[in-house]
Amino acid sequence: MKRIKAFILLLCCILFSVETLSSQTETVTLLGDSLQEVVVTARRAREIIPGQSLSGRQLQHLSSNSVADALRYFSGVQIKDYGGIGGLKTINIRSMGSQHVGVFYDGIQITNAQNGTVDLGKFSMDNMEVLSVYNGQKSDVFQSAKDFASAGAFYMVSRRPVFKDSDNNFNFKLKSGSFDLVDFSGLWEHRWGKNIVSSVNAEVLNTSGKYKFRYQKEGGYDTTEVRRNGDVFFIRTEAAVFGKNNSSDWMLKGYFYTSERGYPGAAVKKDYEISLLNEDRQKDRNFFVQGSFTKRVSDFYQFMLKAKYANDYMNYVMPPETTVQPANNHYWQQEVYASFSNLFNLTEGWSANVAADFQWNKLNADGSDMFNANFIQPRRYTFLVAAATSLDLSFGLKMQGSVLYTYLHDKGNGKSEPAPDKNEFTPTLLFSYKPFRMIDLNFRAFYKNIFRMPTFNDLYYVQLGSRSLKPEYTDQFDIGLSFRKRFAHSFCTEIRVSADAYYNTVKDKIIATPTSNQLTWTMVNLGYVKIRGVDMGVTPTFRLADVDLSVRLSYTWQKAQDYTEEKKEPDLGEGVISVYGDQIPYIPVHSGSAIINCSYRSWNLNYSYIYTGERYMLGGNIPVNYVPAWYTHDVSLSKSIRVKKCLLDVTAEINNLFNQQYEVVKWYPMPGTNFKVILSLTL
Amino acid sequence: MRKKKFLFTVLVFSILFSACRKEDIILPSESAVVNPWEQMTGDIYGFFLLNEGNMGSNKASLDYYDYTTGTYTRNIYGERNPYEIKDLGDVGNDIKIYGDKLWAVINCSNYVEVMDVNTVQHLAKIPIPNCRYLAFKDGYAYVSAYAGPVKIDPNARIGYVAKVDTTNYQVVDSCIVGYQPEEMAIVGNKLYVANSGGYRVPNYDYTVSVIDLGKFEELYKIPVAINLHHLEPDNYGNLYVSSRGDYYDVPSKTFIIDTKRDVVTDTLHLLPNSNMTLCGDSLYVYSTEFSYITGAWTVSYAIFDTSTKQIVSRNFIKDGTDANIKVPYGLAVNPVTREIFVADAKDYVSPGTLHCFTPQGIRKWSVTTGDIPAHIVFTHKPLKPLNENQ
Repeated sequence: MKRIKAFILLLCCILFSVETLSSQTETVTLLGDSLQEVVVTARRAREIIPGQSLSGRQLQHLSSNSVADALRYFSGVQIKDYGGIGGLKTINIRSMGSQHVGVFYDGIQITNAQNGTVDLGKFSMDNMEVLSVYNGQKSDVFQSAKDFASAGAFYMVSRRPVFKDSDNNFNFKLKSGSFDLVDFSGLWEHRWGKNIVSSVNAEVLNTSGKYKFRYQKEGGYDTTEVRRNGDVFFIRTEAAVFGKNNSSDWMLKGYFYTSERGYPGAAVKKDYEISLLNEDRQKDRNFFVQGSFTKRVSDFYQFMLKAKYANDYMNYVMPPETTVQPANNHYWQQEVYASFSNLFNLTEGWSANVAADFQWNKLNADGSDMFNANFIQPRRYTFLVAAATSLDLSFGLKMQGSVLYTYLHDKGNGKSEPAPDKNEFTPTLLFSYKPFRMIDLNFRAFYKNIFRMPTFNDLYYVQLGSRSLKPEYTDQFDIGLSFRKRFAHSFCTEIRVSADAYYNTVKDKIIATPTSNQLTWTMVNLGYVKIRGVDMGVTPTFRLADVDLSVRLSYTWQKAQDYTEEKKEPDLGEGVISVYGDQIPYIPVHSGSAIINCSYRSWNLNYSYIYTGERYMLGGNIPVNYVPAWYTHDVSLSKSIRVKKCLLDVTAEINNLFNQQYEVVKWYPMPGTNFKVILSLTL
Repeated sequence: MRKKKFLFTVLVFSILFSACRKEDIILPSESAVVNPWEQMTGDIYGFFLLNEGNMGSNKASLDYYDYTTGTYTRNIYGERNPYEIKDLGDVGNDIKIYGDKLWAVINCSNYVEVMDVNTVQHLAKIPIPNCRYLAFKDGYAYVSAYAGPVKIDPNARIGYVAKVDTTNYQVVDSCIVGYQPEEMAIVGNKLYVANSGGYRVPNYDYTVSVIDLGKFEELYKIPVAINLHHLEPDNYGNLYVSSRGDYYDVPSKTFIIDTKRDVVTDTLHLLPNSNMTLCGDSLYVYSTEFSYITGAWTVSYAIFDTSTKQIVSRNFIKDGTDANIKVPYGLAVNPVTREIFVADAKDYVSPGTLHCFTPQGIRKWSVTTGDIPAHIVFTHKPLKPLNENQ
């Protein structure tokens, strides 16, 4: 504890000593791909409170199998990783729960009406350009109603084509390494004319997902086992067309993903004599096509149209070899989404947006008799209307206020009544204040009230769902600051610092609760959680002769306590332990990360470090639930070789350098030291 | 200077974050003195409580209550068996004592653990897939298991009962019964098995299998009601059978089988039954009935007189402390003192609570258990303290 406090103090010292460092004139030398920077800054023009993001070179050099791995470097974010390559990976922002996070891919939300969470393990880092995380919401006034509709948001933006001399860009990547990984991808970008460009990208991955793990107890057992059934095979293809002219901008994108994987499951005690391994299999097929069109009609008015159709299929099999409940369930989900946003620039610093979204979701499922008997094949109609206004005052104060109206209507197949309609109004207020014109110091604050709707599983899952569920509400209060300074003639070229303190509550939390035995559970609005936290980030960059050094440090402190009324114990004597007010499961009090990227001419060395403090698994902060801290060190080295017009990048990675045996979720062991080699050829 | 400062920062950063990992140890047990006022009564020295632990969490655990000191000790298995990999395992489902041995069924780890009842030291591990409950007679243990061979319907295996020699721990025979067999009872030379068919919803099994222990063959099945669970023989040759219902339209009930004729003689519509235990002629029954239609729970604690076949009490907890119990999950009555024990599993993921009541139904003491406290067995032999084992 003391050490951690010392560290916080240290960070504060850095924070406040920055101003005294140097105050020379600013330059615009930026690390990373300058084009990407341009894209990012352009997008952020209207953002009152910028989010955290990773982009360009820094993103590329992180050792990550999927976007979930890269997200571990954001402050205030927890990733749940159910062990290994094939396992489920979900994002949780500021401990409010993964169902409160909106996940957006190229501007349009990816939804899962069935369970409300998106498995980020399925999103490849190949071709990803920017990853951003926003607390509350993205504070761009001109956005769809969906962008206002979650408690936290994660945006993935894939690469937009950029051309130099020729009208064609080609890139081929081959990755191989531990877990019998083979990953091949190809990219073709083409310029069809001055205003139209296209991109086609395909990737195939195969891995056995096998690795050894060890459980070693001081003065006790010591066992080394192999993580099995973690294999993954996927094919991902994407094609996009982008167009623009003076007043409009459009894109059309198609995405197809098919995969087969094993779910390795919990590494609990097993008697291998009778060979009952985890043999669950999952097949996925995801397809979507989406488009957006933005038109600037006049200085006063512009509009944006977005539309999407998604079709997802999932098959989950517990084969007869196992003796637990056998299942072969098929799930078909469809979604139709349309959005219309209207921006009015009322005066120089005052704008307003009215956005209306419509979404239709349908879930069909087929499984065991038990599953089919009472399943109502739900359909959901969601209407969202957001009204937002943004004010930019000359003395440095920016404000944004928005109100979101949500109407929800569920329909079933008549087997039983669907849940009643829901009508909800939710507000958000954001402020940003820049007191000095010449100093890039911003103070910010926001309040947001938002909910998540009960998912189809919450409401209708056979032998579990409960139709009477209310939405799960969150309240967020945040204050913070950001500071940025560039130095022209100094070893340190730039420093960015940000810090936020927040208080969130989650009420009517939807939790599963047992009824009369382990097989029959139901969902109730029971939980109440209070979250207090501090997120900090420091990103200095340095330059010494030909060596560029960029550093990114983040730290999160979080107390997320369970004040569920049901957990209050009556006075039953000293023998009874109370878990009321305990830290909620899997949320560490302290967590942090560091990335140090060093480049010298065509060489690049990247070091990354992640620390997740001690946590508790389900059921209160008692010794039997203790999950120790973990920290991993990853290193990668890459070299670019230019041969005529070709650019060959060779990268070697070593992950979990010190072979730490750790778990993100108890009994889901993670890999020890592992290797990867990446060859990338750009034409 | 600045460079130094930077390096210093990095250094401090790495040291700070590398020094916070504790040694991974075998967790010691935890004791709480809950009843220092009373000494041992009769020849019962204590009881073992098996906590199920939530599925997939590897948290089956064993607790012990010592009547001689009034001390309740949680999680005694690990420290007494530090070299047993991953402790007891995943989901404890039944515990019984036979002779000098303590037997525990670990459902999702697919084995039966056999321990010395005096020391709780591991003796043997018997692999039986998806094992559920135990019964003993004449040197053999009978273990019901969900996972028989795949028959006709590949999506639902028929269950079986394994016969285990208690001296060498070998499975010597097996007998196919109904779907997803649960509790067993031995009356005379017949083994009764409650078949639930819980994996075949809505086509539940509805039978009790009757096995002749001489030939170890199923004689016939007695049709009773859907989703059967517990069996409890009384002193009059009757066998009480609990049906869980379907949680929608069919409520939970209790049935009585006359074991001389092997027919159902009584249907107790008004005795919903989640769990029961017999003490003398009193059958203690609690029920936690849940309906997916209304979303409502109904909890009741009843006493049924097996000599008159009458309900004598609708709530054996007399002081109103049943309000503290969220989900009753375990039930036991001390045969000597007639104290009543009710275990509360709460939300299944928090540690549970065990409540001890006087025979009159007044709460005496309560203690925190492991996760999902469920199965209790009284012991006639004192458990030796840990340091005397070695």
